[in-house]
Amino acid sequence: MGLMGRSGSGKTLLLRAIADLDLNEGRVCINGLLRDDMPGPDWRKKVGLLTSESKWWHELVGEHFEFPALNILRELGFSDESVLQWKVSRLSSGEKQRLALARLLSSSPEALLLDEPTANLDSISVSLVEDVIDRYRKEYSAPVIWVAHDESQLNRVSDIKMSMNEKQLDELA
Amino acid sequence: MIISDAIISLTTQRIFLACVLVMVLALTTWRANLKLARPLLIASFRLIIQLSLVGLILEYVFEINNLLLVALIALVMLLVAGREVSVRQKYRISGRWGYGIGTSSMFVSSFAVSVFGLAAIIRAENWWDPRYSIPVLGMLLGNTMTAVALSLDRFTTYVWEGREVIEAKLLLGHSSQEALKTILRDSLRAGLMPVINSMAIAGIVSLPGMMTGQILAGNSPDDAVRYQIVIWLLIAGGCGFGSILVVKMAAKRVFDERERLRIDRIYKV
Repeated sequence: MGLMGRSGSGKTLLLRAIADLDLNEGRVCINGLLRDDMPGPDWRKKVGLLTSESKWWHELVGEHFEFPALNILRELGFSDESVLQWKVSRLSSGEKQRLALARLLSSSPEALLLDEPTANLDSISVSLVEDVIDRYRKEYSAPVIWVAHDESQLNRVSDIKMSMNEKQLDELA
Repeated sequence: MIISDAIISLTTQRIFLACVLVMVLALTTWRANLKLARPLLIASFRLIIQLSLVGLILEYVFEINNLLLVALIALVMLLVAGREVSVRQKYRISGRWGYGIGTSSMFVSSFAVSVFGLAAIIRAENWWDPRYSIPVLGMLLGNTMTAVALSLDRFTTYVWEGREVIEAKLLLGHSSQEALKTILRDSLRAGLMPVINSMAIAGIVSLPGMMTGQILAGNSPDDAVRYQIVIWLLIAGGCGFGSILVVKMAAKRVFDERERLRIDRIYKV
């Protein structure tokens, strides 16, 4: 599902609510399992939220990965696993964004909530990311909510397009 | 062992000589326009009044020698220290919790440790004998208050400043405990390092206050040293357990039952 809408319309808030990061009401379930029936951390592992700005806390890239998925790193344009030895402080914003996606997918979430996953990327990287997410979605039959401002991108990557206005969702043709 | 019974009593005139020193200092700062004279004189005046009052109260308390009275004084000291811990924070935990967290950790770090020290180590005839219990509790409160306040201050500051990283960890499925691991370690370290450093230099750079007091009062250095060692070890224990408790309770408070970071429960003063 593609989601667009003006800045401040509540797109990020919706993703955060689904990931149970903020106080919220309502029912959310994935593969028949209700969110409120499982502890918060277990739920968040299942619904992978990729924030628009990635955060890093260790010195080296690899320290942030529990089990790095090397095939995904390769598909995202990192030729070998030496990237895991790179220093986070030396990464460009585009590298950070792709590595954050690799970090998220390495933990095998059952659904993906993507908040502008290609905002800092050049056109080649954009298509790498789109391909990787598409492959992941098919392989794991994972539902995806993709937030973007670029309508042509949403036409490429989503089956349904929704627009958010004043915290209301409307389906777009 | 008491070396000499006759401790030199300080007459009011001699105390006045010490006052003259401060007055000269006040005059010097006033002439240099440092705007320090007024606060200096007020602080000196408060020191004299407060300590004289405490002296009177202690004379009375020692005379009466009543457990209830000792307990009441201890309670007042504890509540004031608890309040002091919460007002020293730049980022405070909202609601009654803010005060409760500080006071209950002061209770554990000072009150419980004092009772242990008095009943198990010092073992006066009455373990609560005010001559021992009030100074011991006072020293523990004074020192552990700093450690507990420092640990809590670091904790809330780190959580506030690192909230985005904490959320990023939560999003990868970390539990609240895992997400706070380094913050917990760093805030405990901040609270305990001053005590550890003070213990490491005790007796070399400075003579601790209590030991100095006992020596001046005519006790043998050996007795004074033994007391000082016990007091410092109690302080170290109090600081450690108090800091651990305050940080654990604060950590519990900044997350809810769904392990969401509740940054709304911290506010900036």
